[in-house]
Amino acid sequence: MSIKVRYFASLGERVGQTESDLDFVQDLTVRDVWQLDTSGKPFPENLLAAVNMEYAGLDVQVQDGDEVAFFPPVTGG
Amino acid sequence: MKVKICPEAFNPWQEIQDYQANLTEGSPKFGATSIFIGTMRDYNEGVTVQSMALDYYPGMTEKQLEKILTDAGEYWQIIDAYIVHRVGEIQPDETIVLVAVWTSHRGDAFDANRAIMEALKSTAPFWKKEVLTTGQTRWVEKNTDGYQKM
Repeated sequence: MSIKVRYFASLGERVGQTESDLDFVQDLTVRDVWQLDTSGKPFPENLLAAVNMEYAGLDVQVQDGDEVAFFPPVTGG
Repeated sequence: MKVKICPEAFNPWQEIQDYQANLTEGSPKFGATSIFIGTMRDYNEGVTVQSMALDYYPGMTEKQLEKILTDAGEYWQIIDAYIVHRVGEIQPDETIVLVAVWTSHRGDAFDANRAIMEALKSTAPFWKKEVLTTGQTRWVEKNTDGYQKM
């Protein structure tokens, strides 16, 4: 019963990790995942999130086994 | 329609030629081709940049690029489209991105290519980290608005 949490680019450096496993509990949102996994760090400006590799808002519900990713604004191209 | 993540330097003209060769087999029905090629500059925000590392989210990046092409195909009459994007260590003058769009008429070709490129810049999970000539590194924190006049 866990979810995988991933941090990309500068966010990984700021959070101090690129990946972790978080125990799953009922009624967990993307916002809760951030709070629990970063010990309550404030949300960085323009934080983006994805659940199972699709963009998701911070209020989206997370299911057991999901992969939740956080990252800064994208800068490709 | 196809997307490709490329960890090595690539020749965009060769990519177009190879892709189009398969595209035209037995059915050369397109009348317009639009091509955008993005190349690494050796400067950014007034500072000389020595090289760059392009990070991405394997799995999601491909998925997002495919979604961009699918969305464009629902809006414009696209016969085919191809995106190639570099990742890893990049040197100035190397190609970062190629977007090629084949359509019947120029309007769709121009407009779809521009829209695909702007969607890529604002939603595809890539992140640039620049290495300056001083040896310092810095993350590029945001992309510019492509429609903004200089």
